[in-house]
Amino acid sequence: MLFFQNLGNITLSNFAKLGRSSFFLMHTLTASITVLPRPRLLTKQLYSIGVLSFLIITISGLFVGMVLGLQGYYILSDFGAEESLGMMVAASLVRELGPVVAALLFAGRAGSALTAEIGLMKATEQLSGMEMMAIDPLKRIIAPRFLAGLISMPLLAALFSSVGVMGGHMVGVGMLGVDDGAYWSQMQAGLDFQKDIVNGIIKSIVLALLFPGLLFLKAMMRFLLLKE
Amino acid sequence: MGNSVDSATEIVSIQNLSFSRGDRKIFNNISLSIPRGKITAIMGPSGTGKTTLLKLIGGQLYPDQGSVTVDTKNVHQLNRADLYTLRKRMGMLFQSGALLTDLSVFDNVALPLREHTSLTESMIRSLVLIKLQAVGLRGARDLMPNELSGGMARRVALARAIALDPMMIMYDEPFTGQDPISLGTLVKLIKEMNKTLGHTSIIVSHDVEETIGIADYIYVLSDGKIAGQGNPEQIRNSDSEWVQQFMNGYADGPVHFHYPAANYNKDLFEI
Amino acid sequence: MQNTKTQETLVGLFVACGIAALFFMAMQISNLSAFSNHSSYKILAHFDNSGGLKVKSPVSVAGVRIGRVSNISIDTTTYESVVEMQIDSKYSLPDDTSASIFTAGLLGEQYISLEPGGSETPLPANGVIDITQSAIVLEQVIGQFLFDKAAE
Repeated sequence: MLFFQNLGNITLSNFAKLGRSSFFLMHTLTASITVLPRPRLLTKQLYSIGVLSFLIITISGLFVGMVLGLQGYYILSDFGAEESLGMMVAASLVRELGPVVAALLFAGRAGSALTAEIGLMKATEQLSGMEMMAIDPLKRIIAPRFLAGLISMPLLAALFSSVGVMGGHMVGVGMLGVDDGAYWSQMQAGLDFQKDIVNGIIKSIVLALLFPGLLFLKAMMRFLLLKE
Repeated sequence: MGNSVDSATEIVSIQNLSFSRGDRKIFNNISLSIPRGKITAIMGPSGTGKTTLLKLIGGQLYPDQGSVTVDTKNVHQLNRADLYTLRKRMGMLFQSGALLTDLSVFDNVALPLREHTSLTESMIRSLVLIKLQAVGLRGARDLMPNELSGGMARRVALARAIALDPMMIMYDEPFTGQDPISLGTLVKLIKEMNKTLGHTSIIVSHDVEETIGIADYIYVLSDGKIAGQGNPEQIRNSDSEWVQQFMNGYADGPVHFHYPAANYNKDLFEI
Repeated sequence: MQNTKTQETLVGLFVACGIAALFFMAMQISNLSAFSNHSSYKILAHFDNSGGLKVKSPVSVAGVRIGRVSNISIDTTTYESVVEMQIDSKYSLPDDTSASIFTAGLLGEQYISLEPGGSETPLPANGVIDITQSAIVLEQVIGQFLFDKAAE
């Protein structure tokens, strides 16, 4: 009996959480619109999320591409299909790794920064202060970050993929002797603009909505809990 | 609700307010009213919920029972938009200043103006400089909050609180932890601003001398009740033992030196 | 605190880089550039069996890619596979061109290899290639081989 009660309790509270997160996401989305007339807030977040992630994204993209090039070459050469290296590297980067790794890096970076900042703002009464000035903290803290994430994630994912493809080229063509023309032409033959590139971008946008959405939710929950 | 509220003389009216945190009753059925245009002090030892009272007035917390009426509006029955409209007319000065750390002094003071008005940038500039001049920090406009001393931060926060010319300002422990000079400055500022700008001031504090020096009316809180009220003279001469202990800082009195515990001897040798 | 101008410049640079990367992905990595800005014409070929040929499989002459397969359907009267190809307008083919389906490497993807003949008249748009060689289906070859062995 107690088991069923617990089960019911867990189910209900999870549904409640889901509902709260959806409300929160909606609220954030509407709040995001109000950020647009204040581009300075957005610039700052684009700087901290986009520009500061630039180096780590390009470096990790380069190395992931190089590793894919190297390992892919060894496996493909067993079948005499090393010409397909370009396609393999590009497909795995554009469709899967680019959006996901960009999302992870972004989540780590923005998430920890946000949690720290909200903690600090709570401790120094800035949140209370904003509320008493009739300024919605959501609009000032969360919305710009959210919007910046939405803008920079596809760009970061594209950077990651592009640099990765070049890394694969460096290893595959430059060091292992895959034909340069074959690398590019196989890639172009194998990847479709609509199906692969556009979908990859859509994927990174969806992840941008989800990942930080969850993180922000966590941070926001914490803020609400701290708020007495 | 809000029966016989005389809105001409009263700006805040609290009726039968109860509020508890967990099992602890912070306020137990208290009623008080704050007169318009005066400086009213709410005093009491730490932990009596003075700051909580300000948050209740500002609508940041919800009472268990009773009502808080600010300028004829019941704070806790307003929707969010109306509450925000009301809050634009209330300034609050937090203990730490609560300046946004990523904005300069100028931008901090300009923030409410930029958020809530559609004034041009040059008008905002003039207004901000006027407010900063009033608190004597016009020269510090380009500093960041972490470059300010505690007293200066409070003065900037005061400039920000008066940016929208509110009808009332709530000061949360404005005198705590200040050196004598900035203490004197703050006392002077609060008194002068109240006189020149004509707003209502509510001061929450446990610094007896400074508060009693500028307040027109004082409420002393204790254990969720109002232990005493009156003008400074009446409070000083209060016959309440409790008020006397608080005002004069006696170590023992109605508030015992010892936290309630079992018999000392028994406790010691019980092991 | 970095000043606002530098910050804005860096953000601008970042966005420009990101858009450049998107452009790179579209043009260099995917097939958006291939054949999209060239005009092409359509030719048809009938095969007994088109094997693992797919839409977008390459069409090449002497190993050079000149077009791609745009559609594969079945002729309901002869039950032959009808393969439509888009050939880059740059290339014109004689009307006695033959088409074969080959496999790139042992396990690679299948493609159409065109073998131009010696005719003077070019193959018109929507022209049909008559001489075709179907895909080699590995199972059939192996089956045939085993059958022959058993017969010996």
